[in-house]
Amino acid sequence: MNVVGPGSYRSVKNRISSLAFSLVCAALTLGFLLIDSRSASALPHAAGKIHPIPAFARKYGMPCSSCHEAWPKLSPFGQAFKDNGYQLGNERDAPIYQNPSYWPVTFRITPEWHRESSNRVAVDGVIPGSTIEAQITTHGFDWSGLDFHTAGTLAKNISFYVLPSADSTGAFHFESVWARLDNLLGSSWLNLKFGKFELDNLQSEKRTLTLSSVGGSYQNYHFQPLVTPGAAGNARVSENLYRNGIGDNQVGLEWMGHSKDDRTRVSAALVSSNDGQPNFTANNGAEPFPTGKSYNGFVSASQAFEIGSLGLQRVGAFSYIGQAPTYFQVTSGGTGIAGTGIGNKGFYRAGLIGMWYVKKFDVTTMFFHGWDNAFLGSNTPANVPLPAGARAATWNGGLIEPHYTFSPRLILISRYEPIRMSRQAIATNAASFGNIDAVTVGYRFYPFISSRAGFAFHNEYAILRQRGAAPITGRDLTTSSFLIGFDFAY
Amino acid sequence: MRARKTNSMGLVLITILAGTSPIAAQESHVGHWTGHGDAGKSLYYRYCWGCHGFRGDGNGENAPYLSVLPRNFVTAAFKCRSTPTGTLPTDEDIFISITRGLNSTNMPSWITLTGQQRADLVAFIKNFSPRWKNEKSGEPIQIPAEPALRLESIRHGKELFTKLECWKCHGPEGRGDGPAAPSLTDSNNQPIHPYDFQSGSRFKCGSTNVDLYKIFMTGLDGTPMPSFADVIKPDDGWDLVHYLRTLQITHRSPELRLWESTPDGAEIVKAAKTSGTPTGSGNYE
Repeated sequence: MNVVGPGSYRSVKNRISSLAFSLVCAALTLGFLLIDSRSASALPHAAGKIHPIPAFARKYGMPCSSCHEAWPKLSPFGQAFKDNGYQLGNERDAPIYQNPSYWPVTFRITPEWHRESSNRVAVDGVIPGSTIEAQITTHGFDWSGLDFHTAGTLAKNISFYVLPSADSTGAFHFESVWARLDNLLGSSWLNLKFGKFELDNLQSEKRTLTLSSVGGSYQNYHFQPLVTPGAAGNARVSENLYRNGIGDNQVGLEWMGHSKDDRTRVSAALVSSNDGQPNFTANNGAEPFPTGKSYNGFVSASQAFEIGSLGLQRVGAFSYIGQAPTYFQVTSGGTGIAGTGIGNKGFYRAGLIGMWYVKKFDVTTMFFHGWDNAFLGSNTPANVPLPAGARAATWNGGLIEPHYTFSPRLILISRYEPIRMSRQAIATNAASFGNIDAVTVGYRFYPFISSRAGFAFHNEYAILRQRGAAPITGRDLTTSSFLIGFDFAY
Repeated sequence: MRARKTNSMGLVLITILAGTSPIAAQESHVGHWTGHGDAGKSLYYRYCWGCHGFRGDGNGENAPYLSVLPRNFVTAAFKCRSTPTGTLPTDEDIFISITRGLNSTNMPSWITLTGQQRADLVAFIKNFSPRWKNEKSGEPIQIPAEPALRLESIRHGKELFTKLECWKCHGPEGRGDGPAAPSLTDSNNQPIHPYDFQSGSRFKCGSTNVDLYKIFMTGLDGTPMPSFADVIKPDDGWDLVHYLRTLQITHRSPELRLWESTPDGAEIVKAAKTSGTPTGSGNYE
């Protein structure tokens, strides 16, 4: 644990932080003003965890802006390309038509300077053995993990995606591993995907325009109710043991269908309830949740329509339903055996989404509802009695994400996500316990647009407040991130 | 110092490009949509410039890597038209090409764009060539209603195929391997392969019988494929269509089924199927 020093030290530290922040901003801004601007100015209009894939741009000779409104956010054309199994359908999709030297690989990394702050972190107190809350702020130069996107077609109507991904220390894992049979029986309504993949989220967390620690994921996709509020001198805040982030890539099988013009899209997936973790019987020693033998289902449907000259609008709905184990089977010594999670209890998430365009302005709106069985909501193993008064937890969430796309080279980003508990699993918890408000603002500037590589100057600030989540005092917990950096893929 | 210099160069380039980029004054009229060049301009510089180039001359940064060069909008010679050879296409012709894409080329279908957006693109594209200011679109050719399919029609079409020497380019079995094929070049002086009928059911300019009729009645401007409007009577055109469909042995069309029901037709189709594997690589015209 860290020890918080005297106030004067913190003051000096904050000043240093502000100075460093100013210097970094000034240096990067100056860098852009002085950058060799030939590429940028030669284009009168055009020219994170995310999936912009210049390998496709190289394969088809099309600029990033064809498939991305602002990479990595997909345009309707890019969405159709993806839905068709990374194929344009012009009889030139199979690898046999590519130059033999073509290699369907894209690398992506983001060198950055970022600042992270949390206002109430448990640290050692001055009195030996005591624990107090203190604000912790850190900042410095850094880089994101490195993604190796390999994707495309193995043959006509057989597509694939393999994404080995390293964290910033170089430790690798597989973010995506799947193959897909496209247009079975000649129908765009019959596509089967098998492996580890992103659920068919219209509001894709893998193509979000935000990168920071706080703003780089959607709170609604990962929210789970808090169970026990912090209290002085005893328990820390905890949440359910199981994980089921809708935004996370999951392991399973997906059927997807779409109309030829991609206006209508439907999908259904059956996935293991291990949140995309591989080798679930070993538990990898990292995940605390009881990896089990249950399955979850995800369904989604959406319809796009034109409104005059405003653009293509889309509305949709989705639901994620399943069961999660609440405890392990154990050895004679009482140790949980990975992969044996039992005592399954149910949960679901459901939502409505709208993607609205008014020429260069667009806004995504989402309503989200969640329900956890009382055992899951109160984090109680199913083989022991529920706490007195325990009940199913429910909550509602929202998302409003407006963008303004000046041109394919500049996009302004903002987002607001509120989450409100509508029923606490533990009745004695405050009604607002665990509520979230998250705000993100930022912009991305692309100095050039080409079919060979992508480069963005990224600047973002995100702040999140969760009610009653402070680990000791049970007060509100606020965390924030500031990020400025170069995001590039090639 | 260098940075200041390059910034200045950038400003000069912007000025030059602003001066030479087309004034988006053209309109297009397709169905109930009226396309506006101003709106199409931003779409063009988002989606199209990589192949067709900043000035619409087909010299985009990817053009050197494409086996079929992108359309040069400055010359305004379009392959897929409903109008006589040498004339400008209608707005709807260009709209359909954008919507459908051009099979066997890098031009994809842009059906995911809204109808208004595609109409806007048509309007903007027309600004690249002075021809649109000085000429009107050609009058679409008259296409008689397709007669009922008869065996005589196929047989007559076969005679026309020989008489008009289609085989010289497309080959006697329609494989695109006629004796003249190796020496063919397009208006860019690039080698071009005749259409291989055995490679599939889609043509560059559509996939229906009407599309096929239009292809040889209007010609594919910019390629060696001429218009046969002056040498084929309108009704004879359908006979040729019916015969050409029988060459598509991988596509079970009504014409092929009827042709295979005859002894001589079955023998020809069988011979075509066993004499070689469709390559699918000559599907250019």
